[in-house]
Amino acid sequence: MTVHHIVGASVPRKEGWDKVTGAARYVDDMVLPGMLYGATVRSNVARGKIKSISFAPSIDWNDFVIVTAKDILGKNCIALILDDQPCLASEAVNHPEEPILLLAHADRHKLRKAVEAVSIEYAPLPPVHTMEESEQQSTIIWGIDNTFKSYLVEKGEVEAVWKEAAHIVEGEYFTGAQEQLYIENNGVIAAYDAENGVTVWGSLQCPYYVHKALMGLFGLPENRVRVVQMETGGAFGGKEEYPSMIAGHAALLAMKSGKPVKIIYDRMEDMVATTKRHPSRTRHRTAVSKDGKILGGEIEFTIDGGAYATLSSVVLSRGTIHAGGLYYWPSVRIRTKAVATNAPPHGAFRGFGAPQSLFALERHMDRIAQVVGVSPVEIRRRNFLRPGQTTTTQQVIREEIDLDHLLDRALELSDYAAKKTRFAEENKKAAHKKGIGIATFLHGAGFTGSGERYLNSLVGVEAGADGVIRVLVSSAEFGQGTNTVLCQIAAEALGLPYENVAIAQPDTAVVPNSGPTVASRTAMIVGKLVQSAAEGIKQTLAKSGLLANEYTPQQFRAACGKYIAAHGTLKSYARYEAPGDVFWDDEKYRGEAYAAFAWAVYVAEVTVDLTTYSVTVDDFVALQEVGKVLNPVLAAGQITGGVAQGIGFALYEKVVWQNGRMSNNQMTNYIMPTSVDLPPIRVFFEELGNVHGAHGAKGIGELPMDGPAPAIVNAVEDATGVHFNAIPLLPEDLFEALPAQSLEQDVFSPLRGAT
Amino acid sequence: MNPSQPVIAKCEILLTVNGEAKKVLAHPMERLLDVLRNDLKLTGTKEGCGEGECGSCSVLLDGMLVNSCLVPAAQASGAQIVTIEGMSAHALMAPLQEAFLECGGAQCGICTPGMILAAVHLLEKKAEPAIADIREGLAGNLCRCTGYMQIFEAVAKAARRRLTK
Repeated sequence: MTVHHIVGASVPRKEGWDKVTGAARYVDDMVLPGMLYGATVRSNVARGKIKSISFAPSIDWNDFVIVTAKDILGKNCIALILDDQPCLASEAVNHPEEPILLLAHADRHKLRKAVEAVSIEYAPLPPVHTMEESEQQSTIIWGIDNTFKSYLVEKGEVEAVWKEAAHIVEGEYFTGAQEQLYIENNGVIAAYDAENGVTVWGSLQCPYYVHKALMGLFGLPENRVRVVQMETGGAFGGKEEYPSMIAGHAALLAMKSGKPVKIIYDRMEDMVATTKRHPSRTRHRTAVSKDGKILGGEIEFTIDGGAYATLSSVVLSRGTIHAGGLYYWPSVRIRTKAVATNAPPHGAFRGFGAPQSLFALERHMDRIAQVVGVSPVEIRRRNFLRPGQTTTTQQVIREEIDLDHLLDRALELSDYAAKKTRFAEENKKAAHKKGIGIATFLHGAGFTGSGERYLNSLVGVEAGADGVIRVLVSSAEFGQGTNTVLCQIAAEALGLPYENVAIAQPDTAVVPNSGPTVASRTAMIVGKLVQSAAEGIKQTLAKSGLLANEYTPQQFRAACGKYIAAHGTLKSYARYEAPGDVFWDDEKYRGEAYAAFAWAVYVAEVTVDLTTYSVTVDDFVALQEVGKVLNPVLAAGQITGGVAQGIGFALYEKVVWQNGRMSNNQMTNYIMPTSVDLPPIRVFFEELGNVHGAHGAKGIGELPMDGPAPAIVNAVEDATGVHFNAIPLLPEDLFEALPAQSLEQDVFSPLRGAT
Repeated sequence: MNPSQPVIAKCEILLTVNGEAKKVLAHPMERLLDVLRNDLKLTGTKEGCGEGECGSCSVLLDGMLVNSCLVPAAQASGAQIVTIEGMSAHALMAPLQEAFLECGGAQCGICTPGMILAAVHLLEKKAEPAIADIREGLAGNLCRCTGYMQIFEAVAKAARRRLTK
């Protein structure tokens, strides 16, 4: 048998050829016979009672399929964690752009006019638009206290640390909402017939989330709801929970009309109505010893959840657990909450709470360094977690991680020390100030705490009589490489060429529930199950006496052929089993939060232009330890893409809110980085391995979202001497903050040099 | 005028798409993008923003790289249109496609057809582009997945291969 090195090789993406030829089929590329188009009539107030709905007489409404909440046969809610979000508002609305009524017609032009011809009258109620108003609780808009969820993490004796402290360092930090801005908007097609029930084809991350939501909405058993994931043009969390909503809408129209219905949002509707990253506020109060060691601290982390609970509790959880970062806190108290406001629900976006609380922490570490009088590098070094120590949730670090080594290597790769010195010297007389900043951080892979145990994921691997393997998972490909790495893992496990392994299109009628495609869990958790299931095929063939220990692909094919001739099919399944050493206490929020962490040191170099007040990132070094790198090209692509989104989060992407509604819901005025805006993003990996993941892999997808923003803002402070505590940091923010604080007049005078 | 609200009757529009003469019945303000996708079933051209920002709907119109979401069908009358489906025989296509696959230039794939057309257009004008030229040449095409680095690498690699062949 030849030795295979498929895992660790940069094999080409499975569906790559279809993508580079334009043949890949996204949902909007699909047309069904007799198909109608669907559209959504939405609220134009933030909060109010619906008084009446009227239809303009200029339109022949007999021509249209009209659906309201009354047409819902099951429960009018989008099932997720709490069942609080209606599929269609019936009596009251709680945020702008809340869906109220659905229309379908064969002609899209007529449909658009009809949407405008529906008038809804409201009795307005007082809205809540900020976290502060929500916390004051003078207007209650959700539950009894406007709070979706709160957590308390306690370790050690926080009360005792203040009197021992040489320094007490306080800080308050803010992050804004961020739009996922996948280039393919949300879209689905739904069909209904009495025999088969509901079928939905869509652009989505989690087929079984949609499946569960549709079962509840229609009151149908699981075998009469089918969800198929089409090629998906980017997601980043933005197609985790929202597709259940749009799928419900299309399916309601399909059932009422008896025809297939396609709903594709245009960019403006997608941006204004669907989820974004939760805005956040973090307060730190930290007790530090004379030599810069953290003695303990209090962290308050609050996120704006929008109008319904949706995924806020889970986003908050990840933000909470990451709030202490990769430092050793002998004592800490972390109080966190997700509060309600009358905005569309905020939701999943790459990093899921961690980019928010880590931005605060990594900015705060630079502040602590200043107070103590040591460098940003040194303050981190003195507080790094070391193997055997515990995190804020008292998880013992069992990995042999050496953060000093990671830091040293990143400093060397970025030429940090020399640049730091040179910039300080050159900035004295330069018109453009340069700075360099670092962020050191971690990201937990897989579901938090007991999450993976509850998910109970199931994975299948099937062999055909021709010896071709098919991986059966509901884990979706949306650019990150699911298809490719899972096929690599199966090929490696079976000793077969990569070409002999395929992956089934996620279709709930065909694939088992391998859990949602979120939380950097696919390669590590699902990958490990694929490995087990693939080995199961080998064992089945070996037990039947059809396959020797060593075999060629030809012998494997012959064995499959014989087995299938005798038994009909050859399938093997593997179900998640929690590792014995992963213990988590949901009540006390204590224990092994994640089976593995990825670790990273990022270094950003910036130029602050004192004429335009723009910040340019000139160089970016991203060094991380992510266990075994399964496919170096795809892994590097995850990092560069995440860093680019992180740069957008820090310097470009601002959601402008007006009464709970995004007012800049276009690509023209919500700006993401283009090809000319980004620095060279230099990606480096260290590989320590990880016992829980497939071939030692850890999660990778979300990690690169965490570090760029704080590294960049730390670099901006290095360049300007001004402490910025909020992102996005736009030229107007620099304009307001800079002249008074740090600039000599002659430095930015346009006449300088002319005299 | 809002192209989604036709007030004038549909008319016959003659245009050449991927080398074939085509006759479509369309409102003059219908977007070329919709004519290509809906009437001619050429779905390789994608819609990302509908306002000329993202470049996913890029096609070549008489050799120019245009956003087909901004081109009214009437304006395309008599023009030579090339979409991703019509590029397979182009000498730059194979090197670009191979390089995109090797370098990781396509992730979710939705921007890829437009990105590849922009790359072809760039390499036709500049056979040996510097990285700065590539950045500039692709600046009208947004990619949310890759952070562009691997796309730059792919275009540079395709250009090198083309020159050494």
